[in-house]
Order: sequence, then structure tokens, then C-alpha cells
Amino acid sequence: MTRGDGANGGGGGGGGSGQHQGAGKLPRKRFYRARAHSNPLSDSHFPIPISPDEFDLSQHYPRYFPDGEGESRDGDAAAPRIRFADVGCGFGGLLVGLSTLFPDTLMIGMELRDKVTEYVKERILALRASNPGKYDNISVVRTNSMKYIPNYFRRAQLSKMFFLFPDPHFKEKNHRRRVISMQLLDEYAYVMEVGGIIYTITDVEELGEWMRSCLEKHPLFEVIPEELLKADPVVKLLSTATEEGKKVARNGGQTFQAIFRRISLQKE
Amino acid sequence: MEDAAVEEAEVSGAAEFAPALVAAHPLGHSVAVAVGPELRVFDLKDGSAVSLSDNSGGGSHSDAIRALSFSVNGVLFTSAGDDKLVKVWKTDSWCCIQTITSEKRVSAVAISNDGLYVTFADKFGVIWLVTVGQSDGGQESTDNKPVSIFGHYCSIITSMKFSPDGRFIATADRDFKIRVTLFPKKPLRGAHEIQSFCLGHTEFVSCIAFTCLSEGPSFLLSGGGDSTVRLWDYINGCLLDTCQIQDKVGELLEPNETEDSNLAIADICPTNDGSLVAVAIQSLNGIMLLACDLIAKKLSFIKVITIEKCYIPTSLASSFSADLLWTVMGASNMPNQAASQLLTRVKIIPHFKKDTLASADHVPTVLEDSEVPHGEKLLLALQGSLDIAKQEEVLASVLAALKVSMYKMLVKKHYSEERREQRKRGRNDKKIKK
Repeated sequence: MTRGDGANGGGGGGGGSGQHQGAGKLPRKRFYRARAHSNPLSDSHFPIPISPDEFDLSQHYPRYFPDGEGESRDGDAAAPRIRFADVGCGFGGLLVGLSTLFPDTLMIGMELRDKVTEYVKERILALRASNPGKYDNISVVRTNSMKYIPNYFRRAQLSKMFFLFPDPHFKEKNHRRRVISMQLLDEYAYVMEVGGIIYTITDVEELGEWMRSCLEKHPLFEVIPEELLKADPVVKLLSTATEEGKKVARNGGQTFQAIFRRISLQKE
Repeated sequence: MEDAAVEEAEVSGAAEFAPALVAAHPLGHSVAVAVGPELRVFDLKDGSAVSLSDNSGGGSHSDAIRALSFSVNGVLFTSAGDDKLVKVWKTDSWCCIQTITSEKRVSAVAISNDGLYVTFADKFGVIWLVTVGQSDGGQESTDNKPVSIFGHYCSIITSMKFSPDGRFIATADRDFKIRVTLFPKKPLRGAHEIQSFCLGHTEFVSCIAFTCLSEGPSFLLSGGGDSTVRLWDYINGCLLDTCQIQDKVGELLEPNETEDSNLAIADICPTNDGSLVAVAIQSLNGIMLLACDLIAKKLSFIKVITIEKCYIPTSLASSFSADLLWTVMGASNMPNQAASQLLTRVKIIPHFKKDTLASADHVPTVLEDSEVPHGEKLLLALQGSLDIAKQEEVLASVLAALKVSMYKMLVKKHYSEERREQRKRGRNDKKIKK
């Protein structure tokens, strides 16, 4: 079923929201294509929760918040919390892969591009419709995670964070736009619990070295030894579950991973 | 410069307005006023104007001073601003012992409680740290370069303060956030552990101040462009109370002046016992007093102290010892302002403590010029002139602009699609010099 207005062109603007292609029918990616690059420094106009308390989870995980009571206070211990965040989730491949691996864990994808976010929303709705009882634990939000991560997550809330094939920003003057940097690792460490794991992967060697180097230098992260990584079912998904990952595999490219654990500082 | 176009405009917008600042020595020994590039200090013990000297090989500030700070024990003082210099002064001799060059314009400055380090924040959101040099030193040695210890990603830092126990450093930005970070024993390695984010303001945060009951736990106060003053438990990032200024100020202003944009909080100043907070508001010709109950953790409105019809304070200060609230009004970098017109008005409110000011039958007073400590000498030194008529003329010319400037400077500008594209074309991307 094609969309009435042939939506390939035009910048900005929403994607296929409101277009029902038949319950359970997956959205067609080619109507949601956007440039791979988006400028994280420009402030686009999407709503940001003022604080994690204002982040309404019932919009994202209706099955878990049946009364629509999605905004929880800090003291509300029983309310389920998001535990995994995929920063720059693209077309949602990783989230879909993780959803069935961890069916009781709430996860969210964060994506800057409007059309791509719409695609992921549609994809999740379609998956939920055609697989009742599944995929209720994943969702996506359009946001700039380099500026607003603390608005969505409380201290030590996440047990996993993912940075798959981030924009390399090759030019030196643009290195400060990289999503992994010493400065931003402070914030990621803040929203992650001690023992939480940060997964990064790229096919750009220089970026891989950069990310590994930042993580090694940062006092709140420690490398996870290879042997332990073998036991982690998530690791394989990094290179196989996403669009980027599949593209790299098709082209026979190499990938560079840096997987670290959030630790607490030794008291001096 | 390799700033993206977005930051470029924000910085140039800021150049249109530089408010006059006042800072008081914690033990009441002196008071400093800064307007534009001029730093004016008056010694309250001697009763004379201070002439500043410079041992660090630099001249005086050459562009608007944006931040002033005394150290907790009053031994050191820093000034910094648009000339990208941070100057560190010894307050006994008022000699500048260190001048640090920043890559970008500086928007906030602070001295660690132990007096060992100076931190400064640039317009790009990065917080830098430098060790305070020895007083006999002089030139900045090559291994004492500023180190970046953390940052607010791409956001202008509006205020930076150390907690009373020295364990934390709080920074506020124009993207509505306040970050509280652990200040480590060895800060040169960076301050990577965030204690909390105090989130709740719905507009830029313009000022923050720590407050505590004597010998009690401390709390954080903040004021913002959303016309609220907020009280925080900064250890846990909890918003304890919010005071909506708009409701209280309504009757006192013209109808067209009561939009949020005119009621941005310009500055806050708590009393040393934590019981009161003085609030300067962008278009209010006076000071609003709030009671701060740190046991019940509540803020409540007491009264407004009206000063003079055309007097809008741009900065507040008080020392731990004396019970004077110093206020100053002035601005530089205003359009059509001549360089010779860097005049300010200084007004002082006495009895800055709860028992007196808050009591219902006390009529708050503002010191007459003749009642000011060291009277004319002080006023001449800090204001730049005693000619009241001339002052009023200058201040009247800035008054209208003052009423909206801070908000315009800090609020995010929204550009249309074509304007954004136009700005991108004008961007000048140069490689960073190593």
C-alpha cells in the first residue's frame, strides 16, 4: 500500500504518523529515508520533559501503565523504569532485537531525525499488532541526547547504554560534536548504575580509537575483559541487528567495539 | 573562531548588554563594582578608593567584565569577562597577581573555598580550572595552564558557585539546567562525578546561591527567566519549593511590563543566616524579599522594598559580617552609549536580616547618600560621578533597555528556516589552532 502523497521529498516535516497501513503491516523504509547526518548543535523544536518526573511513560509503554499514570515521582518504587537506552537508534534494529531477549525490561531509543523517529514508532506499533504480548517494552523518542539525557533519566537508572555506529564527525573542528567525549561521559555515567554497561561500535577505525580512549581515560568507566564479553548475548547484536551493522557486514568491513562497565570511584 | 553559527549569534547578542556588577568582601573590608571594563573598589576600613595595581604583566580589563567573586575568606578576588581574561587579585594590596587567558569570553568565575583554585566558565559551556599562582610569582608559568574539568554541552554558563563545605560546585546554564558536581581533592584531573541535576526551571537559569542555617545543612537557591525563585535539595536534585514572582509583582508594574520576559530574575542574595533572600527582578525598581524557611523547606513572599522610581538593580551583594545589602544599577555596551558614560548608581539597604526587615511594622529604608558608609567618597569611587543629574540622564537612557535586556540576551532565539540557512552561509569554519 503506497502513501497518497508520495513522501520521498522535502526536508523537515513528520513522517507517516497517522497513516494506517493495515494493522501489523510494517512501514516501508523508503518513505522514511533521511540523511544520515543531523546537526546536534542546532536546537530543533521538539518537546523535552523538564525533568524525569515529567517524562510520561504511559505514552510509550501503554501496557505497563494501563491507567495512563506514566509520570512517576521518585518515591514510586513500584513503577517500572526504563533500563536500556539506545542513543541514536536509527531505524530501531537493535531495540527490536533486544526486545525479545529481555522481554521484561523497558527500553527506549533516542533519535534526532524526525522522519526516522516516525518510522520507528510505526514499526513498533506494527510489531505489537502482529505479535500480541510482544514488543510492548520498546519505544522511541525524538530528542537530542547530547543535551537532554538528564531530562529523561534519573541518577543511576540505566543498566545499559548503546552507541551504535555514531556519526564520526571526521573533521577535527567537529570532534566536539561526537556523541562520546569526556564531557558527555560524565552525564552518561550519572544516568547509569554502578555495574551498568556501555556498548559502543563503529566501522570507522579512528572513531573506534577515540571512543575507546575516552572511556579508558574516564575515571568512572572500566574496560570489560574479552572473556566476559563472550558470555554476553547482547554483544553479537551490536554488529548484526542494525541497518548500519548489516551494511558493514555486506561490504565486508571491519568493526571496532569498546564495551565498558560503569564503576564507582575509589574513595581517596 | 570555529564556533557554529548558533553560538555566534548568542555571543553577539550578549555584547549588546553588560550589566553592572557588585561584590562585597565577606568580612566587610571592601566593596567592588564593575561596569564595562572598569573595576572600581572601595576600601571600607580605610574609607578610601583603591587604586589597583598589576603584577601579572597584564593591563586592566579591556572589555566588559561579566563576573566577580571574592574567595570565602576574602583573601582573593577574581574578575573576568569579554576580554577573555581572568584576573586574580590579592585583596590586601589590591594587586593583580595572576592573569589567565581564556580561549573564549568568560561568563562566570569562582574561587575554591581553600583558595587554591580559580574556576571559570566560558560561553561554550566549558568549566576551566587553574591553580592560583604565588603572590611573588608574576607571569603565568607554562605548566599552569587552565585545564577543562567538565562542561555543559553547548550551553552558556550563567552562574557558578562552590558549596559552603567546598565539596560541590554548582553551575547553571541557559538551557534551564543546574548541575551539581563533586569537586574532587585533586581537581586538575577533572570533575567527573555528577551529584545531581536540579531540573525544574522552564527558562534560562540566571543566578544561583547556596544558603544554609548556621551550622546546618545547606541548600541551593536559583532564579530564572521563568520568573521563579526556587529552593533545592541539591544533594538529591529535589525541587523543594518554587516562588512565582509574577503574582507578587503584578500591581507594581505597568500592565505591559508583566509578561514573563520582563520579570526575569536578575540576581538573588541570601542573608548569611539563611532566613531571607533578596531578589532583583529585571523590570522592578526595588528588591523583593522572600522568607526562606530551611526547616519547613519553603519560600514565602514578605514584601517589596521600593527604591526609586527609575532605579532597577542589576546586581546584589552582601558580606557575612555586615548587615548591608549592596545594590547597583548600570550597564555598558548599550547602543548609543558613549565610553565616558560608564556611570552606575549604588544603593544600600540596611538591616539586611530577618528580624528587622521582615517584621510587619518595620518600614524598609534605603540609605540616603549621606548615610552611606564613607558617604561621598564611596559613591564617587563606585559610581564614577556625584553629579546626580548626569547619572540620572545616563541611567534613564539605559532604563528601558535594561527592562528587557537580560531576557533577550539569554532566551533562546528561534529562527525561521530561511534565516537559519542564511546564518549557516555566513558561518566561518576555521580549523582549531593547536
